[in-house]
Amino acid sequence: MASETRDTARPSAPGGVSFSLSDPTVRAVFYQVLVVGIVIAVGWFLIHNTLDNLSKRSIATGFGFLDREASFGIGESLIDYHPRDSYGRAFLVGVLNTLKVSIIGVVLATVLGTLIGVARLSSNWLIAKLASTYVEIVRNIPPLLQLFFWYALVSESMPPVRQALNPIPGVFLSQRGLFVPVPSADPVWGTMGFALAIAVIGVIFLRRWAKARQERTGQPFPIGSASLGLLIGLPLIAYIAGGAPTALDVPKLQGFNFVGGVVLTPEFFAILVGLVVYTAAFIAEVVRSGILAVNWGQTEAARALGIDSGKTLRLVVLPQALRVIVPPLTSQYLNLTKNSSLALAIGYPDLVSIANTTLNQTGQAIEGVAMIMGTYLVISLGISIFMNWYNKRIALVER
Amino acid sequence: MANNVHTGNVHTGSIPDERPPANTVGPVAWLRNNLFNTWYNALLTILIAWLLFKAIPPLLDWLIFSANSFGTPPQVCRQEGGACWTFVSEKLRFVMFGTFPYDEQWRPLITIVIIIALVLASCDRRFWKPWLGLVWIAGLTAVGVLMWGGVLGLTYVENTLWGGLPLTLMLSVVGLSVAFPASVLLALGRRSQLPAIRVISVTYIELIRGVPLISLLFMASVMFPLFLPTGVNFDKLLRAQIAFIMFAAAYMAEAIRGGLQAIPKGQYEAADALGLNYWQAMGKIILPQALAISIPPLVNTFISFFKDTSLVIIIGLYDLLGTAKAALSDPAWRGFYREAYLFIGVIYWVFCFSMSKYSQKLERDLRRGHRR
Repeated sequence: MASETRDTARPSAPGGVSFSLSDPTVRAVFYQVLVVGIVIAVGWFLIHNTLDNLSKRSIATGFGFLDREASFGIGESLIDYHPRDSYGRAFLVGVLNTLKVSIIGVVLATVLGTLIGVARLSSNWLIAKLASTYVEIVRNIPPLLQLFFWYALVSESMPPVRQALNPIPGVFLSQRGLFVPVPSADPVWGTMGFALAIAVIGVIFLRRWAKARQERTGQPFPIGSASLGLLIGLPLIAYIAGGAPTALDVPKLQGFNFVGGVVLTPEFFAILVGLVVYTAAFIAEVVRSGILAVNWGQTEAARALGIDSGKTLRLVVLPQALRVIVPPLTSQYLNLTKNSSLALAIGYPDLVSIANTTLNQTGQAIEGVAMIMGTYLVISLGISIFMNWYNKRIALVER
Repeated sequence: MANNVHTGNVHTGSIPDERPPANTVGPVAWLRNNLFNTWYNALLTILIAWLLFKAIPPLLDWLIFSANSFGTPPQVCRQEGGACWTFVSEKLRFVMFGTFPYDEQWRPLITIVIIIALVLASCDRRFWKPWLGLVWIAGLTAVGVLMWGGVLGLTYVENTLWGGLPLTLMLSVVGLSVAFPASVLLALGRRSQLPAIRVISVTYIELIRGVPLISLLFMASVMFPLFLPTGVNFDKLLRAQIAFIMFAAAYMAEAIRGGLQAIPKGQYEAADALGLNYWQAMGKIILPQALAISIPPLVNTFISFFKDTSLVIIIGLYDLLGTAKAALSDPAWRGFYREAYLFIGVIYWVFCFSMSKYSQKLERDLRRGHRR
């Protein structure tokens, strides 16, 4: 131990145990014990008060309430849900709704953000100015205000259900959302999904094989068109083999709302558009700075080697830009996921909104807030782990 | 020719500059280089110009030309189409000051002026002196006196009546100034040699950064009352303020940590070699340099924090967004959401945009200082 040798070397401590705050080791231990002590004391104080208050208000602790009947309806759900189901299932519906809006939002925001980021660097003056105007306006206005605006835009300017717009036969647009016909249930859709999964696995193996062959023989393989053919071809064969069903489930007005088809609700639309528009402005800045970080000499060198501009972007500039882009992009994804909790304010049933209803009905405030925080921590951790893995994959391997 | 002397092929003396080719200067060349340099850019330019031509006239028409002037009653507005600026003039004082007693609304107005003046003064680097802290304390005390009243002949106003822009500004300014010292300690704790302190700091920072602000506000509104001993009670505003401070401290600590990490190791070693203890080394050597580096990211944190104060609407406080939404729920004025959101959107935008421009300017200035 380095500290022990230092102690013995000190003439002022001849033998024996000295306890002085001027000794760095003693001081380190003292301060840590002090801070940990304070944290534990505050924690104990809070827990003690909480337990005291809970017993006074006779609120039971624990997660037993999750099995009780929820008895509230949820506007939209990815799984079957009925007010008779339990609070636990209602919460699961909320988690799935959060994941749905986050995943679709992340994909769309990345696409839109990249387009705008590249547009800001365009040599076309009009496009560059338009893109920077977008970024400067959108990122300086609170996301909640933008959400309210999108929601009001949909819910106040659309006609009521009875006078729904019918632009294309079978498609209805009203205050209740956009109703679109979908193909009726048929076993062939399951087979097609299975075929698509096989195609994805096939593409992965094909890519590996093509890469290995190119490294061995130098011969390139038309991997792009082959993958596309596989991804479209296999499900198409399954569809035709399954009898090519064409029956549609068309939405019909029944009572006060449409029944059948698939609905894009105003709530989902507002939260999705709001999150995508807001986050895209930040992603655009991340992409722009990433591209600017790649030395212009790289592009010139690629041109000098006779590589065409598309391949230069794909094989020279982007791989280097991605190293700069990925870490801040990760935090934008995390922000989008956390901002999806704003859905509460416009009534989209995400996990915060459902947990809020639950804790209002049951009074289980601590459990409700703990479930919200725990779920978000798990989601954040998941995104971080995935993006760190991806970052490691594309990171510069120094020889 | 008279000035030039020809000696074989050698040209001595000066010849007048030739004019550049007509297609490389002037507006035509600018158009060629910036709008029509390739065939697809030309196509995009025409497409965008057409879209702008389609979109801008109706927008201007709604905003200005067909807009109903101040004083037009809402029924007329609804029939006419076009923006109804009567909404803004009618609801201006409610949106700006919330439910603060009508005759006393000069007090929140002065509050706004004081806070903006404090922030503007803090933007000038000449004022970055210790006495600026005292000015802030004095300013915030004045704000407290003005808003609460009860002394100096001012009537007492309960803070449940506060709202609008003063509430937004106070939540941000008070939140940031309390969170700042806490965030410095957290950042130092995260870089500390002492494992227990490091673990506590990292846990706090990552926990707060991993959850949405809404969940913290929920915690403040439903769990804080349980945390406190019986009889002690915080009002809703204070609870929200505490949640904001907890939130801001974690994010600002990360910005400051970036600055701490940018300080070369030699600075720490030099401080040790001079025999300074930890707090002297931090206070006199490391922090002054680290904080200067972290100002631009800190200002970015301020901007997002300022925008995030709008979330208090969820726990039932009426900040600027809250009062605008409440004004919209007045049956006589339903449906004028475009005017309302545009109005407060512009207010938020002016604050955030000027902060971000300031941060960019500061970044340039500070970089200039490091250049040799």
